Parts: sequence; C-alpha cells; structure tokens
Amino acid sequence: MDSVTSMTFIIALYIFMLAAFTGYVVISRVPSILHTPLMSGSNFIHGIVVVGALDALFNATTLTGQIIGFVGVFLGAGNVMGGYVVTDRMLAMFRPSQKQTPEKKGQQ
Amino acid sequence: MFIEYIVGLSGLIAAGLFIYGLKAMSSPVTAVSGIVTAGYGMVFVVGATFLNLFNVSPDARPHLLVNVALAVVALLLGCLWTGWRGRTVQMTAMPQMVAIFNGMGGGSAACLAAVSLLSDHATSGLHLSVTIVGALIGCISFTGSIIAWAKLDGRMRKPVRFGGQRIFNLALFLIALALGALAVMQYGTPEGVLPGILFFGAALLFGICMTLPIGGADMPVVISLYNAFTGLAVGLEGYVMGNPALMIAGMVVGSAGTLLTALMAKAMNRSLTNVLFSNFGDTTSTAKGPEGEMKSADPSDAATSMRYASSVIIVPGYGLAVAQAQQKLYEFVKMLVADGVDVKFAIHPVAGRMPGHMNVLLAEAGVPYDMIYDMDDINDSFATTDVALIIGANDVVNPEALTDKSSPIYGMPILNAYKSRQVFVIKRGSGTGYSGVQNPLFFQKNCTMVFGDAQAVLSKMVEAVKALGTA
Repeated sequence: MDSVTSMTFIIALYIFMLAAFTGYVVISRVPSILHTPLMSGSNFIHGIVVVGALDALFNATTLTGQIIGFVGVFLGAGNVMGGYVVTDRMLAMFRPSQKQTPEKKGQQ
Repeated sequence: MFIEYIVGLSGLIAAGLFIYGLKAMSSPVTAVSGIVTAGYGMVFVVGATFLNLFNVSPDARPHLLVNVALAVVALLLGCLWTGWRGRTVQMTAMPQMVAIFNGMGGGSAACLAAVSLLSDHATSGLHLSVTIVGALIGCISFTGSIIAWAKLDGRMRKPVRFGGQRIFNLALFLIALALGALAVMQYGTPEGVLPGILFFGAALLFGICMTLPIGGADMPVVISLYNAFTGLAVGLEGYVMGNPALMIAGMVVGSAGTLLTALMAKAMNRSLTNVLFSNFGDTTSTAKGPEGEMKSADPSDAATSMRYASSVIIVPGYGLAVAQAQQKLYEFVKMLVADGVDVKFAIHPVAGRMPGHMNVLLAEAGVPYDMIYDMDDINDSFATTDVALIIGANDVVNPEALTDKSSPIYGMPILNAYKSRQVFVIKRGSGTGYSGVQNPLFFQKNCTMVFGDAQAVLSKMVEAVKALGTA
C-alpha cells in the first residue's frame, strides 16, 4: 500500500470518527415524541446514497453496470423522496396543535 | 478540475445542512424547519452531481446519453412511486413505510458496492474489504427491512423459528464473509465473479434469516437498527467512491441511528441482544391464564360514569389508531372537558408501533400538547384518578409485567392504569395483545370491558354524553 492510499484511509477514519460523534451529540436529549419523526428524518438523510449511485451510473460502461446503476439510482431516489415525504407529513402535524394551545389558553 | 471543486463543495454544504437539519429535528419547535433544511441540502447536492456528466471517465463517454436517460428515468420512477406511497399511506402504516424506504437505501448502497467490485480500476485490498463490508451491511438492511415491513404490515404474523436457527444463521453469516473474502482475493479475475455473486446472495439471505425469528413487537427497534445499518453502509461506500459527503452523512446517521435504537430498546426495557436473539412473543410458554370472569358494560353506561367523574386518564393504544378513532376520541374528550372533567392522555413510550408514533397520531387529530403526558410524568396520578379509559391498548397496561417473573413481558415498564378507582377498556374482543400474553387487569374487580370497535363505541359514548346535556 503506498503512502497516499494509507493517508487517505487515515483521513477517512478521522472523518468517520468526527461524524460519529456529531451524530451522537445531535441526537442526545431528543424528547421521545420525536423519536419516530427523527428516525424517518435520518432515514431521509442517508438517501444521499443516490448521489453515489448517480455517479456510478454516469460512469457505467457495460450493460451489467448500467442495470445495477439503474437499480441503485431507483432505490436511492425512493429512499430520498419517501423519507422526505413521510418525515414532512409527521412533522407537519405538530404545527396546528402548537398554534391551538395558546389560543385555548386565551379563551379560558 | 473546476467541476470537481463545485461538486465537492456542494457535498460539503449538503453535509453541513444535514447536520443542522438533524439538530433542528430534535426539538419540537424547530423540527419542521429541520427537514426542510435537509431537503434543500439534498436537492442541491443531487443537482450538482449532474455536473459530473462533464467529467465522466473516457470509457464511459460513448454511453453517456443512454446513462443519463437511464438516470433520469430511475430518479423519476423512484421519486414518483415513493412520493405517492408516502403521501397516501395511512398514518398508522408509517412505521412500515419507514422500513421500506430505509431498505431501499440499503439496497442502493449494496448496488454501489457491486459496481465498485465490477469495475476494473484495481485498488488496494483494504479498499475492496471496505467495499465488501459495506455491501454486507447494506444487503442485510435491504432484505431485513423488507421482512420488517411484511411483519408490521400484517403479511407475516408469526415469527418463523426452527431448531438450530442460531447456528444456521451464524453459519450463513460466516459463509457470506468467506465468499466476500474470496471475491476480494480473486478480484479482477474471471474466477472472482462467481464468489462475488454468491456473496451478495448469501448476504441478502442472511438479512432475511436474521429478521425472521424476531417478533412483531420488537420490529420498531429492528427498523431503527437497520436505519443505522444503512447509514453505516452508505458511509463505507462513500469512502470507496471517494465521496466525503456520503461518508459524513452516512456515519452521522449510523451513530445517531444507533443511539436512537438504544433509546428505543431502553424505553421497552429490552436490550438489543435480547431483541435480536431471544424468543419474545412465544405464546406457548404461558399456559396458565388469569382466572375469573370479565365484566362488560354498555358504551353509554361507561360514558355516563366518565361524565360524572372528576378526573379521567385516557390510555390510547394501537387499536385506537387501527379503528381510525382518534378524531372521535378527541370529540368525546372535548365534551368531557366542557363539562368540567379533568382529562389527560397517558402515552406509553412504545404506544402505537414505535416511540412517538401515538403522539403523531394524536397530533393528527388535533389534541393539544398540554393534555398529553409521558409515562414517567403521569404514572403516580393513576392512584388518585377516578377513571382510566384504555382504548385498544393491552400489553402496556398489563400488571403482569411488574409482578410475574415468568411472563415474557416481565420487566417492561407499564402505565399503572390498574391503580385507578375504575378502569374501562374498549376492546374489540377478549383476545390477547401483540405479545400474545393474557392481561389479568381485565379480570380485576374495578375493571369493566366495553367490547366493540373503538370508532363505534366512541360514537355511542358521544351520543350518550350529548343526551345528558351540559352541566
């Protein structure tokens, strides 16, 4: 293994470590009512895999490569869109009830 | 060169927006803006990726037109199908939708790995090993999520178990690893293709076999785990493709998802090893049921007692959501509140199908936040409450979890509804809950069953209270 490859690998480990801590810190202290929306939201974020699949498909040279790339982009796009729509729908429900609460107190 | 900078920087910006969005999503006040922020990041980075078209490898240039057409069709198909499914699906079916979308991400990561293994740009053994590990995790997440979806969707009700299953699964896992190692060693030669294909087959099969024995009640934890798996697989394949945005986003989700999984498992008082390797929900072991008779009452009788009670705590469960009766329930609650009854909702951490699911369902019906209480905040109030109304919930109010060590749900924290002066249970029949355990609460002296579909029963209750007139 040459020094460039090993250096890239070490840098990758640094990125992984920092990202792992970031994910941990960002999620800690989340109230349980948001567990399901948050799971769905993080589900949306790993949909970024579609970007890698697009790159793979753009560079495909064989039929096999094109088929796998096509499937990859389809699945990735589904992950992105489905994740977004579901999360958005769940979170949208917290909007009206938030507004309702102060109004109700005003009436009393 | 110039394009590489633009695409690289757009990935960086997207990764930043994702982390910011995730942070915003962890508070109810900013949650909506969080997903929108992350959405902008995604649109931005996907758009920038199309700039890579000007930068494809020379071999791929003749195929460019076909490849772009394929990419656009795949994007549209994927977005339209899941966008439509996500918009139209019932709120109660959300958990299985999350499972299926998560599985798609895992499958996509596995596809990336397959493309890397097929390409002949010889790289280091380390690189290939990372590819294989990512592929393994992605495949498990893909087929495992599909099984989880089938179980939650009621297409696969009973856990599939057989003797020596754990040994079989372990062997399958080792075979997959060995095939993966073989594919790495013979990379680039014609002999390496067959182990590669077999490796993917074994990994996909392992995902199925690993999920089959897990009971439906544990599925939320499993989905959360597979969510973390997909994140990890995406992160690893990001390294293989040399794309830091994938690495960061994938690993952030990998660790956040792991933490979420741990939080969920803790809320259900189950350890992850328990979820994955024990036989929860085995009905065969609980031969002895509680003794005695269940009492049942008319919806209008129950409604009248609640109307003249001073405090009522409502324990909603999945049965409420299945009957689509949240709106009706809130209508009933509003009438009680108008008549001066103190009404609260008590939410068990795993009410519905996963943590927070019931909150979402109640929010959909317009129930304000300040009426909804978490288990820890309300559990002491049951003893001083006149009426506990349990709707479509069973295991989460089963006192056996506190007292009976032989019960499969022993140790799970429950809502102490059995302590209130009077308990009403709206239930379709006298059957058991999701865990398959009989509930001694229903045989208690202070407990009265109101049999029927939640929607129908609540309609009758609303009628009954209306007939009494306002105080």
